[in-house]
Amino acid sequence: MNTIWKTTLRPGQKWSGHIGKEKLLRFTSLAAGANLAALFFNRFDFSEKYNMPDTMKAQHTMHLTKGDVLLSDNGRVLASIVEDSLGWHDTITGVTTREQTDMKYEKTDYQHMRNDWLRSGYENFMVELVKNGLEPRDMAPPVNLYSKVMCDEAGNMVYVKEHCQKGAMVILRTEMDVLLILSNTPNPLDPRSEYPSVPVDFEVLPAMPVDALDYCVNHRSENRRAFENTWDYYTLIG
Amino acid sequence: MVQLKKTESPRIAENAIYDVVIPAGDGWMYRLEPNQVLRIVDVGGNQAADTMFYDAENPQDHYSVPATITAQSNIFLTLGSVLRAESGKPLLTIIADTCGRHDTLGGSCSAQSNTVRYSRDIEYMHNCRDTFMLQFAKYSGGYAYNKRDLAPNTDFFMNVPVTPQGELEFADGISAPGYYVEFRAECSVMVLLSNCPQLNNPCNAYNPTPLRLLVWNQ
Repeated sequence: MNTIWKTTLRPGQKWSGHIGKEKLLRFTSLAAGANLAALFFNRFDFSEKYNMPDTMKAQHTMHLTKGDVLLSDNGRVLASIVEDSLGWHDTITGVTTREQTDMKYEKTDYQHMRNDWLRSGYENFMVELVKNGLEPRDMAPPVNLYSKVMCDEAGNMVYVKEHCQKGAMVILRTEMDVLLILSNTPNPLDPRSEYPSVPVDFEVLPAMPVDALDYCVNHRSENRRAFENTWDYYTLIG
Repeated sequence: MVQLKKTESPRIAENAIYDVVIPAGDGWMYRLEPNQVLRIVDVGGNQAADTMFYDAENPQDHYSVPATITAQSNIFLTLGSVLRAESGKPLLTIIADTCGRHDTLGGSCSAQSNTVRYSRDIEYMHNCRDTFMLQFAKYSGGYAYNKRDLAPNTDFFMNVPVTPQGELEFADGISAPGYYVEFRAECSVMVLLSNCPQLNNPCNAYNPTPLRLLVWNQ
């Protein structure tokens, strides 16, 4: 199918926009070591948003990959993962703040660096939230596409450095009309000292309507029930 | 098996300025002033205390799971853990813990998540998020808390191990009657607690029981 829209997110760049349901969102890392933080809201009711624990609990997983769905706090599917060349996307590590960014890499500001200054994920999200009529209270744990953070038995978190290779691709499918907010900024647990952010291609394509045989619908019984909740929602809206 | 560190508190109940028992299925909202100490007691054992925290001077800045666990590079809350807001600001520090570790990945139950996890015909069952909403509805302070202020919370006394393969397990509790966790407020903190009514998984050992909450001035 043909791409209907495309952009490239530069290192440090943020983005937000409204995307209708039944679209494919294809993300391609143009270099190794990407981390793309993503927040999802119901486009028509911003009080409904992506919920990290509900998503992990329903699917008994903290590594999101093909077949998994991104659940809202109202038990509906905002988006599902229909293709994935990585096998693991993180959702527990959040974003870096300005203080962390200054301390970990180098203190930069616009005055001296112009648009080469180092952006922080927290500030990126704050700007895009407010831009869309939202507030700091609407902040919640994002999905960190491309990142892998494992835990040992004692709960220690380990960032896996070689996880994302150049060309790594993940395709999400919107199951609801969403407001999507993106921040292409480093993962807080990435140990590299050179601001680790790389360009990511973001393309939107039309999706086939979801049917009862769909892979994500049938991935788990929990997913089917979440899809049924979603279909009921749109049935009642009409 | 990981050895859990258990640390007792020197504080005694007689010196507390506040002491209340919250039955299962009920909620609690309380403002802590800087340096005040809050203790949550698992009276009956294996009872999940779903708790949110807000910077009381700026309630838009709420407790953040990622900010808290990435700062300590560990997913469990225990003695020494600093509970942080989305901005990174320290809200509270755990200063005593006789349980050993607590979950903060499992969030809270809701009617909707129950339909997804268990069955669509159990939407009627009581749940933590309804308790949170009722607490917000009753709150008469200066800030209009609403659903948008809810974010993934802490689950004291709950046991959610994660495998190296990234699988999430809901295991039998590691808490027991009388175990407690104690916090020092690092700033003015609004505490929002739901004594979890969940009956569909072992987070409350299928038998929700009361929690006791105590506050000391220091």
